[in-house]
Amino acid sequence: MNEGWLVEGEARGRALVLEEPLSFWGGLDPTTGEIVEVSHPQRGEVVTGRVLVLPSGRGSSSSATVLAESIRLGTAPAAIGLSEPDEIIAMGALVAAELYGIVVPVIVFVQDGYASIQEGDNVILTP
Amino acid sequence: MTVELEDQDRALLDGEAGDGAALAMRLVVRMAEVARAPRLRDITRAHIDSCLYHGQVGLDFAERLLGGGATVAVPATLNVSSLDLLHPELVRLDDETRDRAKRLMDAYVAMGCRPTWTCAPYQLSDRPAFGEHVAWAESNAIVFANSVLGARTNRYGDFIDICAAVTGRVPDHGLHSDAGRRATVLLRLEDVPDALFDDELLYPVLGHVLGRRAGSDVAVIDGLPHDTSEDRLKAIGAAAASSGSVALFHAMGVTPEAPNLEAVAGDRVREGVITRADLRAARDELSRVPVGAEIGAVSVGTPHASEEQLHRLSALVLESRPRVPFYVNTGRAQLAGVGVLADDLAAAGVTIVTDTCTYITPVLHGIDGPVMTDSGKWAWYAPSLLGFEVALGSLEDCVRSAATGVLIRDERHWEER
Repeated sequence: MNEGWLVEGEARGRALVLEEPLSFWGGLDPTTGEIVEVSHPQRGEVVTGRVLVLPSGRGSSSSATVLAESIRLGTAPAAIGLSEPDEIIAMGALVAAELYGIVVPVIVFVQDGYASIQEGDNVILTP
Repeated sequence: MTVELEDQDRALLDGEAGDGAALAMRLVVRMAEVARAPRLRDITRAHIDSCLYHGQVGLDFAERLLGGGATVAVPATLNVSSLDLLHPELVRLDDETRDRAKRLMDAYVAMGCRPTWTCAPYQLSDRPAFGEHVAWAESNAIVFANSVLGARTNRYGDFIDICAAVTGRVPDHGLHSDAGRRATVLLRLEDVPDALFDDELLYPVLGHVLGRRAGSDVAVIDGLPHDTSEDRLKAIGAAAASSGSVALFHAMGVTPEAPNLEAVAGDRVREGVITRADLRAARDELSRVPVGAEIGAVSVGTPHASEEQLHRLSALVLESRPRVPFYVNTGRAQLAGVGVLADDLAAAGVTIVTDTCTYITPVLHGIDGPVMTDSGKWAWYAPSLLGFEVALGSLEDCVRSAATGVLIRDERHWEER
């Protein structure tokens, strides 16, 4: 079901499927893993340990740092699934892997695969 | 898919220029793989956003590069930081965060970047020319470089920006190519009265709609006045890069790549219209404070105010002085450029913030009530980042409101007649 790994790795977790794109910067509190973007429909959800499925990133180029910082702090998702490649999200995960050796896999699902994942599904990713 | 590398790229990967440059090149190549770019290409300059402190990871990365001997291979400017080095007392950070933020800034300067500390590098005298390939970070700077200057940059973010500067190379794809710059969305302005184009508030609001409609696609807007100023285009781009991931928009008859529709439209174009009702709804989405309500403060200059905007602000506040705290963010180069006018602004009670911005670091304090701004970007981010309610208005509206302490907005041209 995978179209491509942006960052390869193993992960498992319950799916948290976002209805709208999320800017990690300004939208995710890296100290708590909580979605804080005011106008986001899933504000208040905690991404920690979940397989975060979202259509794409949004907005600020600082999002890579916020994702990498949340990986450093252990508040990050277990993995991230996207409907299209996102270089900013991939970069955040790659830098955390380079600096700390913690791998949060990032994967782009083909359209059917993306749509087939439902909120709360148990998702297992293997390379 | 493998990326086609040149000898110089392989030399960097092999560590011939040190561990820092090798790490930078490794990440550039990984990004090329992610983007499915067939090869890398040269850039002539970079604008670095990674100097803004968002946590230990940024410092760890910069010091890893610096410790590995990395220096920039092309001229590089620096974005805003978390500190105001010219007015250090304004930023209310704890000592530990302040020290780390300063260490981060020092690391980038030590790698050879220019300490410009501005989110509007396009307002510096030396800016990219039409067609120049650059690696710019900071979403508003990216959209301005592409759209208004006709320079070519992808949406570079933290980490990749300095990697590009250190290697002088980026993945060759996307907005670096002719095909990637063609519009796939056409948005026509309809039922927008001429008088509304004279209202500064139109531009951030239009940008907000553009971001919502275009997402990460390239759009062309039809219907903007041919003489739309750079400050107005800046306001559109900054808002569009906040509510959406817009990295390039064309404005027909205004921006340099869009003399007409044929010049910019791709093979398939999704068409839409933007009406006055759409604009009003977008304005009210960003600005949830009713006209007449008390406001607690005003913050303008996101992105950093241009010299022209500082002149306008100065003339306005000398006429009606603010009675609530009033902040303007600008670059140190713009501040130097307006000379003694800075004293006029301070005398009128305006707090000038440089090197940083009021929405990314704690500057506003003791504010009782909503904060008014002329920036769609500030209005988008401040509720999440700072917890303020936000009112949006033109610069003129902001000054009039600050003078009375209640939200005043000229809404004549926004309502249906």
